[in-house]
Amino acid sequence: MKKVLSNRWTKVVLFVLCLVPLVWLGWRAYKQDLTANPIEYITHFTGDWTIRFLLITLAVTPLRKLFNQPQLARFRRMLGLFAFFYGCLHLMTWLGLDKFFDLSEMWKDVIKRRFITAGMTAFLLMLPLAITSTAGWVRRLGFVRWQRLHRLIYFSALAGVVHYYWLVKSDVRLPLMYFAIWAVLMCYRATVWLRAPHRKQPGRVTIPSTASLPD
Amino acid sequence: MIIRKPSDLRYSAVTPKQVYLNRRRFLGAAPIALGALLGSRAAQATTKLAGVTKSSYTVDEKLTPLDVITHYNNFYEFGTDKEDPSRNAQNFRTSPWMVKVEGEVAKPKVLDLDALMKLAPLEERIYRHRCVEAWSIVVPWVGYSLNALLKEVEPTSKAKFVAFESYYDRKQMPQGTWAGIQFPYVEGLRLDEAMNPLALLAVGLYGETLPPQDGAPFRLVVPWKYGFKSIKSIVKIRLVEKMPPTTWNLSAPQEYGFYSNVNPEVDHPRWSQAKERRLGEFLKRNTLKFNGYGEQVASLYTGMDLRKNY
Repeated sequence: MKKVLSNRWTKVVLFVLCLVPLVWLGWRAYKQDLTANPIEYITHFTGDWTIRFLLITLAVTPLRKLFNQPQLARFRRMLGLFAFFYGCLHLMTWLGLDKFFDLSEMWKDVIKRRFITAGMTAFLLMLPLAITSTAGWVRRLGFVRWQRLHRLIYFSALAGVVHYYWLVKSDVRLPLMYFAIWAVLMCYRATVWLRAPHRKQPGRVTIPSTASLPD
Repeated sequence: MIIRKPSDLRYSAVTPKQVYLNRRRFLGAAPIALGALLGSRAAQATTKLAGVTKSSYTVDEKLTPLDVITHYNNFYEFGTDKEDPSRNAQNFRTSPWMVKVEGEVAKPKVLDLDALMKLAPLEERIYRHRCVEAWSIVVPWVGYSLNALLKEVEPTSKAKFVAFESYYDRKQMPQGTWAGIQFPYVEGLRLDEAMNPLALLAVGLYGETLPPQDGAPFRLVVPWKYGFKSIKSIVKIRLVEKMPPTTWNLSAPQEYGFYSNVNPEVDHPRWSQAKERRLGEFLKRNTLKFNGYGEQVASLYTGMDLRKNY
């Protein structure tokens, strides 16, 4: 397992896998098979994958610790950036194909419609994380501060799930499932945090995620 | 010479393989001709309706293709995704079918499908159909005015509202369990709304009987109201004195009112109703008040605050 995870090709394979949803969407578009309402389909599809990638990213640390696979951290940044990538596609679909790039209309909606407020919040919270995802930014901020900033993903994912929950008409199964996954991942973190013997010691940050930075 | 009845014909025997392998082309190319061949017994194939006359209650707009009308449905009993009903409703049993008409009427009736089909001359009416979710289609329905049925049963002076109820069977509609709304689906109209000739009882579309996902065998179409008022697969019609409960109103009263008239000026709490996406079009259209049927129905609401009575 460790061998596979540390193999440099694993990352390439994962990168390609992360593009599968986009390729799938492109294929269906090419076959003109995006349902009777393609714009809605694209919007929902990209939104779905944004939440999924946020949750997958959030799952990296718990999985890494539970299964003692430190090499998993290598993939976290890429997964997070894919969440941002699908989030951008989602936002652009809405902005371009639904609002036709009418920015004043867009802001009216952001302020007036709470599900859009939540969605925009989720996106804006991802923005600084995407910008500071480089090794240079970790150095500039210092690891502890950088790590603290990147905890914004907890709230971004939550805002994304709430955005989805507020959007659906009555069948809330999927948003609730996403929320449950988010809650489990957060409970894990809370447990780890509460059980840490010396919470305030900076040395507690033991497994530096910077392990993934050189490649 | 052996004259084969439609019931002897098998679906596979009459449909060229090339055609049925390509659903979209099949539906686009020859829906009516093929439908006629398929016959009444073929599992869920629709049947051509005879003696349909063109109605003057028609809009001159481009029809939404049958393929779209049959694969983009809100019929939560069969699942909440737009394409779920087209998949899950295919084996829905619509025969035998009984509709009870009862309540505050002089002559309550139980009608079977045959009686319903013959109750009044069938007309084709091309209506705009605007969903509360801000999309719209243009549908060539086949049916007759609801008032034809209501006149048959002679509402009493106590009758002020008409309550409708959909068929619900958990066994045939297992997906409905998770829809998040209560079944059986119920809807209602004020009696004067129901008597308006635009309110249609539909038994078909595109010249054929209704496909199951579109509310077979018998549904309501109220073109000036949001789509969810147009209840599908009706089994009961009851004339009542008090305003009857309606499903979406029970589910979210602040979002879906009893009237639910199409109104671009009154937003849904979560989204704007000012524009709509006509399926198949790229740019959005402006939504028309009463879905463009104001001339026929606006007088029903004189003096009413449509913001309060949403």
